[in-house]
Amino acid sequence: MARMKFLCDADRCIECNACVTACKNENEVPWGINRRRVVTINDGKPGERSVSMACMHCTDAPCAAVCPVNCFYTTADAVVLHSKDLCIGCGYCFYACPFGAPQYPKVGNFGSRGKMDKCTYCAGGPEADGSEAEFVKYGANRLAEGKLPLCAEMCSTKSLLAGDGEIIAQIYKERVAKRGYGSGAWGWQVAYHETIAT
Amino acid sequence: MARLVTRLRFIIGVLAVAFIVALATPISAQQPTSVDPDASAVTEQQLLQNQSKIQGRGTIPDTKSDVIEHPAGRDWRHFHQVTLHWIGGIAVLGMVALLVGFYLIRGMVRIESGRSGRTIVRFNAFERFVHWMTATCFIILALTGLNITFGKDLLLPLIGPDAFATWSQWAKYAHNYLSFPFTLGVVIIFLMWLAGNIPNRVDVEWLKEGGGIVGHKHPPAYRFNAGQKMVYWIVVLGGTAVAASGYMLMFPFYLTDISGMQAAQVVHGVVAVLFVAVMLAHIYIGTIGMEGAFEAMWDGTVDRNWAKEHHELWVEQEERRGETPGQPVPRPARI
Repeated sequence: MARMKFLCDADRCIECNACVTACKNENEVPWGINRRRVVTINDGKPGERSVSMACMHCTDAPCAAVCPVNCFYTTADAVVLHSKDLCIGCGYCFYACPFGAPQYPKVGNFGSRGKMDKCTYCAGGPEADGSEAEFVKYGANRLAEGKLPLCAEMCSTKSLLAGDGEIIAQIYKERVAKRGYGSGAWGWQVAYHETIAT
Repeated sequence: MARLVTRLRFIIGVLAVAFIVALATPISAQQPTSVDPDASAVTEQQLLQNQSKIQGRGTIPDTKSDVIEHPAGRDWRHFHQVTLHWIGGIAVLGMVALLVGFYLIRGMVRIESGRSGRTIVRFNAFERFVHWMTATCFIILALTGLNITFGKDLLLPLIGPDAFATWSQWAKYAHNYLSFPFTLGVVIIFLMWLAGNIPNRVDVEWLKEGGGIVGHKHPPAYRFNAGQKMVYWIVVLGGTAVAASGYMLMFPFYLTDISGMQAAQVVHGVVAVLFVAVMLAHIYIGTIGMEGAFEAMWDGTVDRNWAKEHHELWVEQEERRGETPGQPVPRPARI
């Protein structure tokens, strides 16, 4: 089975935010929640870099470890998903996540947390693949249709790569070898305990 | 004529282009042949070494999402999954073991001179109401809180994921909402019993004699002995700590950022399990641990002999007060 990962080639990202928009549209993400966002580091200074970040679908995911109700599960493709039926909205996954991926719709009084929402790698949730119930809770299930996450699929500069970790690492290595530079696979060391040697 | 103008315009155009190219050439000749755009670029390793997180500027209104990497969550995960389990397990089970052992060895502390049949008011209705409001909230908060840390290991395998999630959802609501009456109770307890809980010299003697808990001595005490004063201050200070840290978690980002919430959860978790352990001891000594103690908080009165044995100085105070005109204390009829 594939080991699905995201890789953002920061030397290619032009901060167009199309991945953010595509994600929101494809998954009909609730108001106020962004499963993916683009952040520019050292904005306006020489050597600024933009990185598109979402859930990295970590190896040995911290969110899953700390969840008090064990609502997370990892698919055969190593995508980290969760069940909104089991989630109690305690916020612990957000404390543990290194990438700020889990978010909570504000429901009820005093801004208390609703069911957690995060990037699903366009792979839906525990409901039947492609079902209405799945779409309403988690958004699209493109993976079940043999498609990759839309954010990466439509990236205009092919900065954001999605797919099997070894394949996208190889693509990145070839790019770096050809152009002669690369600022590395952002988040890989933290998420997967390994990085791409270039 | 028109042709001449066209030709002139063409010649001027060519000259202008040639001029611009001539100007530009020396500049481009100064450029290096190969460019490394990453020479001055930020790198992930550098950023993580210099700071504990990587933050930039985003374009969505939610500025919290400007932090793209924050590996400290791993440390918090270790605390939550390992450290807190050990602290909580040792504190709670250790206290239970201690109390069972103590009960088996010492048994119930009896009223040595037997019941006198005369009672003395110890806690009025308001005091008892506040105590039981706080106590009820505490028990529910403790059980629902322990569920968050230990539930998935102990309860989930027994009742299954769906029932456990439903219970935990209600437990979360109960935990959040009952925090308000609990906090109110802690505040009132602080105010209404403060006067009796200022440490004094009598407490030193009381502590030196171990509170008389081992053996059959009864060191004198005012209304609250040193042990009760410790419970009072643990409730006040521990209650404040769990309430403050709890509200930080309940109202995310109002007061702190994510690091603050991780720290708040550490404080909340550690103080709470120690609080539970202390309260187990408090419940023990107030029920099966000591004859005549429970009625103080239930009926509001205690037997006079109980009071004399455990709070000798307080009884003397009360009786002196009772002798002042206008406040008669019921006495046995004199012949």
